[in-house]
Amino acid sequence: MDGAQFLQVLIIGLSQGCVYGLIALGFVLIYKATEVVNFAQGDLMMIGMFIAFTFLNVLGMPYWLGLMCTCASMALIGALLERALIRPMIGEPTFAVLMLTVGLGFILRSFAGSVWGADPKSIHNPFSGEVLRLGEVFLGFENIAVMVGTALVCIALGLYFRYARIGVSMQAASQNQLAAVLVGISVNRVTLLAWALSAGIAGFAGVMLAPVSLIDPQVGFIGIKAFAAAIIGGLGSLPGALIAGIAIGVIEQFAQITLPTSLATASPYLVMLIILIVRPGGLFASVQRKRV
Amino acid sequence: MAELLSVQNVETLYGPIMALRGVSMQVREGQILALLGANGAGKSTLLKTISGTMVPKKGRVEFQGKSIAGTPPHQIARLGIAQVPEGREVFALLTTEQNLHMGGYVRERADIAESLRRVYALFPALYVKRASQAGYLSGGQQQMLAIGRAMMSSPRLMLLDEPSLGLSPQLVSEIAETIVKLNREQGVTIMLVEQNARMALDVADYGYVLENGRIVMENTAKNLSDATDIKEFYLGMKEQGVRGRRRWKQRKTWR
Ligand SMILES: Nc1ncnc2c1ncn2[C@@H]1O[C@H](COP(=O)(O)OP(=O)(O)O)[C@@H](O)[C@H]1O
Ligand SMILES: [Mg+2]
Repeated sequence: MDGAQFLQVLIIGLSQGCVYGLIALGFVLIYKATEVVNFAQGDLMMIGMFIAFTFLNVLGMPYWLGLMCTCASMALIGALLERALIRPMIGEPTFAVLMLTVGLGFILRSFAGSVWGADPKSIHNPFSGEVLRLGEVFLGFENIAVMVGTALVCIALGLYFRYARIGVSMQAASQNQLAAVLVGISVNRVTLLAWALSAGIAGFAGVMLAPVSLIDPQVGFIGIKAFAAAIIGGLGSLPGALIAGIAIGVIEQFAQITLPTSLATASPYLVMLIILIVRPGGLFASVQRKRV
Repeated sequence: MAELLSVQNVETLYGPIMALRGVSMQVREGQILALLGANGAGKSTLLKTISGTMVPKKGRVEFQGKSIAGTPPHQIARLGIAQVPEGREVFALLTTEQNLHMGGYVRERADIAESLRRVYALFPALYVKRASQAGYLSGGQQQMLAIGRAMMSSPRLMLLDEPSLGLSPQLVSEIAETIVKLNREQGVTIMLVEQNARMALDVADYGYVLENGRIVMENTAKNLSDATDIKEFYLGMKEQGVRGRRRWKQRKTWR
């Protein structure tokens, strides 16, 4: 492999990893707020892709408007799911809530299948086929878009959690629920926001992924790789999830050109296993456990 | 003095364990009230029942004449009750200043600047540490932060759960001074739970003694300090001679 080829693979890996990272952020956001893993996170992204398809291809919206409408609709869907499914489960065992999210994944997949059909779709976007040539390296516009988009989302999230009062209150609630309610923070509201945010980000990830992947009801299964990323990152760390997601994307791309296919497919999980053996808490395990 | 808080025949349970067995008490506007009692007497449970983190099975809790039993704690915080919980419970990964900002969560942003200035004036150590993560503060500083955070909501009533626990005598008297200042200068009504009865009775106007989930005594702080039972069991001043027998007898009469 020469330098140009290396760069080429690296860039594809990075952009794929950004998508994993975005979905992993959703896992972590919900986990931090509720200590529950939402196994339907990947399927939320899939729904986001179909909604984007509807806005862009069916309704013919301009790309940027469609992107924003997709994120907003997904945030709304996330909030509704929290109200309808998760809030009634307060006080139930964590395991029951986990199974509920697994079930939600099934429902979302069959819902998508019956509304949009099972045959793969793609969405209109301004990037497809455009390339930026740097010497011998070809950068697909869609790959650049994913990376820039992910960077923007992360900056926005960083500012939100550091400076916005509501963002700080989400951190506070996840660090110490008792103290949070005593200062007047509504834990229900924090949970609702966490679901809205992670579904909104899943929608964004879906739109970013769409130019490089076909859309069908099964596409959400890449959420499993994002889950591996969230675990590697420590499940409680947003930067950890993002970095681990990007790392998995890169490792996967290099594995695909250097290893036999079966091993390459398993590479994200192998990485997860190794990390868990070496550091059971994940790479960026948060310093303290949440107190309830 | 008008009645600010009233608790009537409250029973609060942890599963099958009844931690409060029909407690009635009042807090008057402007008062510093001490709540004394041995470990496990139910003091924290009473505070939690007032702040809404526990819901009483029976009885009434009224704040400014309105019933608040069963109201979610984050809404009770909005009514003007701030609890400084046992063990400080700071937001460990937030900075000192973020912790204080969260204390003012229920207020308009514009209104909290003045409170922040007051907290820093009262606790200069917090100003020095304003950008540090709260988890790295010393025990005493964390206690100041917990009190400062409660001040940020500009409460009518502040509930303090064992603020002197684990602090050096020097710090205990600082905390005691702070409590008096808050009360005199800012008109905050205070309900102070303490095992350190000396400190509590020094600052308080009035006091209740809780034993096994029941109020067994109430009086002015001065009279409580002079009462033989209190001297023996809470202030550590033992009478000569018949100690063992006497203690047993008096305990019996309290139930
Ligand atoms: N989380 C809990 N679960 C079960 N019982 C508890 C719990 N917290 C306190 N108790 C019981 O309730 C009683 C009162 O406790 P508490 O209010 O914490 O006492 P205090 O603050 O006066 O030391 C004690 O007998 C204690 O064992
Ligand atoms: Mg206690």
